[in-house]
Amino acid sequence: MNELQFLTWVRGPGLDIALSIFLLGVLWRLIEIYSLGRKPDLAVPRKRPGASGWHTILRRSVAPPGMVKRSPVSYIGGYIFHVGLAIIVFLFVPHIKLIEGLTGLSWPGLPSQVVDAVTIVTLAAMVVVLVDRINKPVKRYLSTFEDYFTWTLTFLPVLTGYLAVQHLFLPYTLMLALHILSAELLLVFLPFTKLFHAFTVFGSRWFNGDINAKKGVPV
Amino acid sequence: MSASLEKGINVLKEVIDAPIASFFASCVHCGLCAEACLFYTESGDPKFTPIHKLEPLRRVYTQEYTLLGRLQKWLGLSKPLTDEELEEWRVLVYDSCTMCGRCSLVCPVGNDIVYMIRKLREGMAVSGHAPPGVIGATKRTVEIGSPMGVRWPAVAAQIKHIEAETGLTVPVDQEGAEYMILLSSMEIINFPEYLSAIAKIMKQAGKTWTLCSDAFEATNSGIQIGVSDIARVIVSRIVNGAERLKVKTVISPECGHAYMALRWEGPNLIGRPYNFDVLHILEVLDQFREQGLLKTEGFEETRLTFHDPCQIVRRGGVIEPQRNLLKMVAKDFVEMSDPGKYNWCCGGGGGVSANEDAEALRLVAFKRKKAQLEATGAKTLVTACANCRIVLEEGLEHYQMDMPVVGLTELLAEHLVETEKPAAQGG
Repeated sequence: MNELQFLTWVRGPGLDIALSIFLLGVLWRLIEIYSLGRKPDLAVPRKRPGASGWHTILRRSVAPPGMVKRSPVSYIGGYIFHVGLAIIVFLFVPHIKLIEGLTGLSWPGLPSQVVDAVTIVTLAAMVVVLVDRINKPVKRYLSTFEDYFTWTLTFLPVLTGYLAVQHLFLPYTLMLALHILSAELLLVFLPFTKLFHAFTVFGSRWFNGDINAKKGVPV
Repeated sequence: MSASLEKGINVLKEVIDAPIASFFASCVHCGLCAEACLFYTESGDPKFTPIHKLEPLRRVYTQEYTLLGRLQKWLGLSKPLTDEELEEWRVLVYDSCTMCGRCSLVCPVGNDIVYMIRKLREGMAVSGHAPPGVIGATKRTVEIGSPMGVRWPAVAAQIKHIEAETGLTVPVDQEGAEYMILLSSMEIINFPEYLSAIAKIMKQAGKTWTLCSDAFEATNSGIQIGVSDIARVIVSRIVNGAERLKVKTVISPECGHAYMALRWEGPNLIGRPYNFDVLHILEVLDQFREQGLLKTEGFEETRLTFHDPCQIVRRGGVIEPQRNLLKMVAKDFVEMSDPGKYNWCCGGGGGVSANEDAEALRLVAFKRKKAQLEATGAKTLVTACANCRIVLEEGLEHYQMDMPVVGLTELLAEHLVETEKPAAQGG
C-alpha cells in the first residue's frame, strides 16, 4: 500500500468503520448508562430559584470559589485545551467541509492562521496538563494506563493535523493520512474510555443539580 | 467468596443507578475533588481523594453494568472485589469521610460523590466492613432507642429539672399539639440548655408543642453506617409518634444528620410522603421571627462567627435562617471564609465522631476549621448542630484555643424579651 492508497483507505472504509463504531458505541453506552433509571424521590422538595439540573449544567463550567487557586493548571489548562479542541474540530474550514459532506450541515469557519495559532496553544496546554498529571501527587495517584492512553489519543490528531497543514516532517499525503487515522482511533475509543465524559458530562451535571435542587441547594 | 462479601456485592449491584453510572462514566481523574476534601487538604495524602474512596463501587459498576467490563469478567481478566480490599477501604469510606458533600460541589463533570459514598456504605456495612464504633452506636439506637444509650427516664429527669428551673411546663405526649420536638442524644446528655430554650421560645410564641415519649431521639445512625433497613426502623419510630399525636410539624433539633435523615431520606425509606411537615429548628425560629413571634432584647457585644453544619446547609438547604437570627442578637457577626453551602465540615459528621479509629485523623482535619476560625478574629463560635458542637469543642481544646461554642437556639433564648403572659395565640 502506498501513501495514496493509505490515504484513500482512511478516507473511505477507515472512516466508515470508525464512524460506525463511534455511533453505535455512543448509542450503546448512553443506553447502558441511562436505562438503569433511578427511584423517585418522595421527600417534599424545597424550591429555590437557581437550583435545578439545567442550572448546574451551565454553572459547573465556572470554577467554584477558591478552586482556581488550589489547582490552577487543572482549570486554566483545562479551559484552554477544551475550548481549543472545540475551535479546531468545529471551526477549521476543512473539518466543516468534511462534516458538510457527511451530514449536509455547514457553518462559517475561522481563517486558517487563527486555527494554526489555536492549535499551538492547545498542544502546549495539553502538554502542561500532562506534566501536571505526572507531577501533582493526587493526579499521579489517580492515573491509570487509560489516562495516559486517552491523552495520547487526543493529542495525536491535533499534532498530526498541525504537521500536515504546515507540511512538516513527512510528505503531506502521508501526514494527512496519519492525521485522519489518529482521529479515527480517537472516535473508536471515545465511547469506551473516560473520553465519553464528552457525552455524559451533561447527564452527570443534570443529576447532581437535580438531586441537590430538591433540597433547595443550587450546586 | 464469603457469604457476607457476596451479600455486600449484591447490595452494591442493587444501589447502582443511572446517576452513579453517569458519574463513573464521566470521571476524568482530574483530582479536583481532593482539593475540596478536608481530609486531603489537611493531611496531604492522595489516598483521601474522594473519588478514590469509591473504587470498590466503581469496580462493581464496571464489571456488572458495562459491556467491556462484563466481557473482561467473562474472560477472567477483571479483578474481583475481596474482603481484604473492603477492609482496607473502611478507612476511606468511613474514617476519612464525613459525608459533608463538599466534593460534590466542585466536581467539574458534576459527579455527586457523596451520593455514591452513601450507597457504597450500604455494601460496606452488609459485608461487615463498617467501623466498630459506628456499629455500636447503631446497635444502641436499635436496641435502646438512642446511639448514646439514652432512655426515656433520662429525658424525663431532664424535663423535671427544666420545669423546676424555668417554672414552665414541658408537655409530653400531648395529642394535637402543633409542633413535636425531637432531641439528639448529645443534647440530652451534654446540652440540656436546648430543651429549656425551646420551652421559653414556644411560650413566648404562644405555640403548642410536645415531646413524644417513644420518639424523642432524632439522630439516625442507620444512615451513617449505611443500612437502610435500620434507618427505616429509626425513622418509622418518629413517623408513628408524630401520626399518633397528630402533630402538624415535627421539629428536627440542632443536629445535622438527624435533619437530613428525617427530612430528605425518611420518606424514601418508608416509601411514602409524610402527613406532617418536617422543619429544622432554625427554620421554625426564622418563621417566628418573620411573624413577629420571636422578640429579643440586647445584643452580644463580642465578635461571633457561625459554623454552618454540612447536613443542614449544603446538604439540607437551610442557608439564610441562621444569618437572619444571628443578626437579631449579635452586633459583631462575621462570616467565616467559604460560608453557607461551601462551608468546611467540623470533621466529625457522618459517623466519624462515633468512630474511635478515626479520632487522630479527625484532629488533623480540624486544622482547616482552626485556620478558618483564626482568620475571623471571633471570640465566640455559634453553630446549630450538637454533634458539630462537641467535635468543635474537642478540636478547640486539642489545639488549645479558648473559644466558647454555643447553640444558636439557646443563644436566642438568652435574649428573649421576658413576658409575664404568653404572647398572642396563632400566627
